[in-house]
Amino acid sequence: MLNSSLKQLSALLAAKKVSSVELTREFLRRVKVLNQEYNAFITINEEMSLDQARTADTMIASGVACPLTGIPIAHKDIFCTKGWLTTCGSKMLSSFISPYDAHVIERFNLAGTVNIGKTNMDEFAMGSSNETSFYGPVKNPWDITTVPGGSSGGSACAVAARMVPAATGTDTGGSIRQPAALCGVSGIKPTYGLVSRYGMIAFASSLDQGGPIAKSAADLALMLNVMVGFDARDSTSLLRDQEDYARDLEKPLEGLRIGLPKEYFAEGMSEDVSRAVDAAIVEYNKLGAKIVEVSLPNTKLSIPVYYVLAPAEASSNLSRFDGVRYGHRALEYADLNDMYQKSRTQGFGAEVKRRILIGTYVLSHGYYDAYYIKAQKLRRLIAQDFAEVFKQCEIIMGPTSPTVAFALGEKSSDPLQMYLSDTYTAAASLAGLPGMSIPAGFGNGNRPVGLHIIGNYFSEAQMLNVAHQYQQVMDWHTQMPDITKA
Amino acid sequence: MTWEIVIGLEVHTQLLTQSKIFSGASTVFGGTPNAQACAVDIALPGVLPVLNRVAVERAVKFGLAVGAKINSPSIFARKNYFYPDLPKGYQISQYELPIVEGGCIKILTGRDNNEREKIVRLTRAHLEEDAGKSLHEDFHGMTGIDLNRAGTPLLEIVSEPDMRSSMEAVTFAKTLHSLVRWIGISDGNMEEGSFRCDANVSVRRLGDDKLGTRREIKNLNSFRFLQQAIDYESGLQISILENGGKIRQATVLFDADKRETHVMRSKEDAHDYRYFPDPDLLPLEISQDLINEIMKSMPELPMWRYYRFIARDVDKYKLLIEKQTDIYPLQQSSAYLKFGVEEIYALSKYDATMLTADKSTADYFEEVVEIVGSKNAKLCANWVIGEVAARLNQNNEYITISPVSAKQLAELILRICDGTISGKIAKDIFGAMWHGEHGSSADTIIEEKGLRQISNSDEIRRLVDVVLIDNPHQVSDFCKGKEKAFNFLVGQVMKVTKGKASPAKVNEILQEKLDRKKHG
Repeated sequence: MLNSSLKQLSALLAAKKVSSVELTREFLRRVKVLNQEYNAFITINEEMSLDQARTADTMIASGVACPLTGIPIAHKDIFCTKGWLTTCGSKMLSSFISPYDAHVIERFNLAGTVNIGKTNMDEFAMGSSNETSFYGPVKNPWDITTVPGGSSGGSACAVAARMVPAATGTDTGGSIRQPAALCGVSGIKPTYGLVSRYGMIAFASSLDQGGPIAKSAADLALMLNVMVGFDARDSTSLLRDQEDYARDLEKPLEGLRIGLPKEYFAEGMSEDVSRAVDAAIVEYNKLGAKIVEVSLPNTKLSIPVYYVLAPAEASSNLSRFDGVRYGHRALEYADLNDMYQKSRTQGFGAEVKRRILIGTYVLSHGYYDAYYIKAQKLRRLIAQDFAEVFKQCEIIMGPTSPTVAFALGEKSSDPLQMYLSDTYTAAASLAGLPGMSIPAGFGNGNRPVGLHIIGNYFSEAQMLNVAHQYQQVMDWHTQMPDITKA
Repeated sequence: MTWEIVIGLEVHTQLLTQSKIFSGASTVFGGTPNAQACAVDIALPGVLPVLNRVAVERAVKFGLAVGAKINSPSIFARKNYFYPDLPKGYQISQYELPIVEGGCIKILTGRDNNEREKIVRLTRAHLEEDAGKSLHEDFHGMTGIDLNRAGTPLLEIVSEPDMRSSMEAVTFAKTLHSLVRWIGISDGNMEEGSFRCDANVSVRRLGDDKLGTRREIKNLNSFRFLQQAIDYESGLQISILENGGKIRQATVLFDADKRETHVMRSKEDAHDYRYFPDPDLLPLEISQDLINEIMKSMPELPMWRYYRFIARDVDKYKLLIEKQTDIYPLQQSSAYLKFGVEEIYALSKYDATMLTADKSTADYFEEVVEIVGSKNAKLCANWVIGEVAARLNQNNEYITISPVSAKQLAELILRICDGTISGKIAKDIFGAMWHGEHGSSADTIIEEKGLRQISNSDEIRRLVDVVLIDNPHQVSDFCKGKEKAFNFLVGQVMKVTKGKASPAKVNEILQEKLDRKKHG
């Protein structure tokens, strides 16, 4: 059952071979045992989960079940969830019980899924290793001395350790794809605007996008069917016809043109990652795809551009955490400014403070044009590069992360090294393009390698098809870390 | 040394909408604190703004009414600063590309505010959200925050420094206030803060090209304070300069009790607001269709109406309006060239100014004239500006709450015109109508109180004869050439008839009879 697909679990529930309550109890049991070591969850609430499971069982019994009704799903603790502690990985919100549901949570509730818990994450989604969480780092189940990636590290770890069949995440510069790669699971960040940001605590509004993490492309498709949908409360939400993201899974890949950006295969990528990615490309060639070399000349600018724009937006987005209406407030203070200063000094961790400072700096009078405006111009150039490349191919491939999972603490004292973890993922975020990562073998230390797949706007169904066809001939995605305890 | 005072205004006017500019919460004034603050207004984690379409339409309507350019797209920007009643830690406003750019407002200045026309140019008008309120009383050393006002839609209207006296500034503010009410985009309620002015004041030697250093007076919520604050501030600046001092740029507050301004913060302490485009809101596009639709709904503007009211000649009026349309490209407006020959009122500039001070007054006046007939337009104007306005002004009320409707007033005036009652009796009847007596119909009151004017010549002759017999001394005085005795005798006739006799008839008959006695 642990390795069952969402479709299989759904079939078991429909055939009443297992109830949602039983399924929920089983996964909760695993969570409770494994979480002590992996720290993938910030909050579990057995009673609330079981309540949802009972509702799901009623839905199934009365024949009104949806494809995912009754299936336990974990939610990144960035999604506001009514009645649940919603911390965003921060001390600032360590006592914040959300009075409302994010749009994504509403949609899962309507679909009848069971919320099995809120997953750990880098504080306010700022980090690539899950080490900035106020609740402590998440461990990579493939090697507990290494990081799971971030910021959706808790969700990726939970799926990898089979603590949950699938989970939600969010991706600003790689926060779904990079942890998926490092934990050997599949994850997709859809086109910007497809998943509503309402109730998803903002990091960098023009980049933030919710998406699923699961074991396979087929599972991702079913998750996307729930997550994607127009929401009038998010002005950047796109009004489009509802799609079935699973509709093209079985299409053959003959004639597909896969572009390999030469810049992705230059310096920076470690040899073990390179080997795995090359092998995956060979498989695609065998599946009938044509491989073409393409160029994204401005992609090398994506990290500097990203680290101007994302902190700029974050510095403003995080201003609401001032200790006035909710969230952490210092116990003692002299006056208003002192209250702000102490509450924020105590409530935010080092990485969040660093990004608020960077963002405040680049927006300041006299620096705005040189940093913010310049970065916006480069952002357009980066997007134009992709537009050119998509004239030559339908899909772009490369590595998701330059290395396999690195050791806990290895990069936490060197922010620049840490920021380079997003070197392959940030460009698609800046362009608003969909990107995904699927397992493509193992590198040094038997740690997973992720294959990065970028498609054109709204090509999620095709990307899932491309990933699914690979997962029909390769079994990397079914491999599990060696977990003996549970 | 002669000094020139230079003033530019920034006016925050609250737009009339049911819900807030970025949330669905109600904008009704005076609710229980925080009862009208929803998740978006409180700035809970994860919430997002959604722009209110009506607020946008109101802003466009203003732009069209002042002949401005409507920018499409315009951009919402975040103005970042910390304050407890600013829940997000930033205000959503517009910075580089406002929705309304340019335009102008024509004001009437000089004696009685109708001597000459002056154009005040507008720099821009942009949409933004209001902040909440900090309440410092009743909380024993703490501060209470009421976020009911947070997110209320505002249009900030910025003028060029085109005004040269506090009087001009007040006239501009009043004209603007009247305009926003006139076109229905704001209730202009100053007590509730729906119309607040900041004044940028500087002085320079008359003839200098360069503007002096300005100081900005914040948050003036009455025309009187605006005038007092500018008078104090300009006087202060002149005395500083005359004593060899320098003006330092600053933001100041006006103390209404002491009638003084005090520095709130100097330029050195100015915030760096770190404006940047709000990534939660897309650039605001306004279609030509929407602009056309709003133009069609535009009422005849106050200045046009003013010209129509004073027109003595249709062609001249048309010419004036054509000239206006250089400024106001509103030919598509439904009110464009609203005129017929039979509607010539030929009012004085003073009357027209008074009647076009607000739209409801002008509408009321025209409703009266429509019934009474335009050849008595002046009489109608006198009544609206005189009796009606006087009673309303006692309570600072607008004409919309007048207990005497335009139709009622028109019927009363008709009775004056047809000689049923005298003007004096009419005023008494109006008083009765105001207080709702006798079903408040002029005819009912005339009948029930027996106030019909005695204009029957035979009856007046009889009454005059009685008065002449009863007052032989005055009659002989008159015959001796004491003209004053005539007025006494008129008064006696009116007294006997309790004022109901037609004064014209009484004059005529008395004159005739006395003449006969004198020469008889």
